[in-house]
Amino acid sequence: MNQVVVDLLKKTFPDSIIEVKEFRNETTIIVKKENIVKISEFLRDNPKCQFNYLSDLCGADAYTPENRFEVIYNLLSIPLKHRIRIKIFTDETNPNVPTVSNVWEAANWCEREAYDMFGIIFDGHNDLRRMFMPEDFEYYPLRKNFPLMGIPNSLPLPDTNPKK
Amino acid sequence: MGLEHSFGDSIITSKIDSAINWCRKNSIWPMPMGISCCGVELMAVGAPRFDISRFGSEVMRFSPRQCDLLIVAGTTTYKMAPVVRKIYDQMPDPKWVIAMGACTSSGGMYRTYSVVQGIDQFLPVDVYLAGCPPRPDNLLQALMVIQDKIQKGESKGSPMTVADERKILELQNSQI
Repeated sequence: MNQVVVDLLKKTFPDSIIEVKEFRNETTIIVKKENIVKISEFLRDNPKCQFNYLSDLCGADAYTPENRFEVIYNLLSIPLKHRIRIKIFTDETNPNVPTVSNVWEAANWCEREAYDMFGIIFDGHNDLRRMFMPEDFEYYPLRKNFPLMGIPNSLPLPDTNPKK
Repeated sequence: MGLEHSFGDSIITSKIDSAINWCRKNSIWPMPMGISCCGVELMAVGAPRFDISRFGSEVMRFSPRQCDLLIVAGTTTYKMAPVVRKIYDQMPDPKWVIAMGACTSSGGMYRTYSVVQGIDQFLPVDVYLAGCPPRPDNLLQALMVIQDKIQKGESKGSPMTVADERKILELQNSQI
């Protein structure tokens, strides 16, 4: 089933597919980030793909000089009952990727989370605010160069003497 | 109860205090602050099998203005800390705090940037309760320790007598 999808993608976007990996019957396709919106729309609308459900979208930090951040899309087709994983890479200096929140509505909050934790900027997102950390927090906690216990005094504790 | 203010610093006050404290310790109204999994054990304490009403503390109020005892049951994140502190500030004096579970007492297994490593960084804690989560009988033990403290007239965070109140006020003024 996954082979059909991979062949279709290779035929339709011959220049955008970088690599196809197979591991324990899970197919991962690495694509170019510029075409992620078109590929997403194709995967959602093509009758042989029908990936109408974005089960997860997350970021990852490989901490390498090039292609430091990944954005990973886990897709599920509810009518055809098959899954696929799409990956795109982005750089540290320019961590911009196009948003897919216009393709799958569920991507909206997932992209906000990836922005909050890794600082990946999703161009075209309609509400790119922090998801978990306070809005005036200056760091991205899941980046590999962020210390485990955080930056001292970056998160304020409440005043212990309010009667003053 | 306000009586101690009308009598001032005298022998009558100390006698009345022990009677009042006896009343207080057998009718503690807890504020259940169930932030995570410890909250489930806290519910079990309220249920018939363990039955916190044997100690006169079954009246769990979800309004801090009616409570004496804050049971912080669960991981306290930096984002939740102002909420916990605000609830504590809204409770009337005298008041007590139980830090229930490992996370609340010391951060527990969450040694990360987002979790406060012990709520005593922003709250005066009377009893620390070990366990992850503690068994309900363990919480009852903590409640009994609180009862002992009340009978002795001890509270980490609030004045119990007129003399205490004066001491705390002096301390606050010296800090300013």
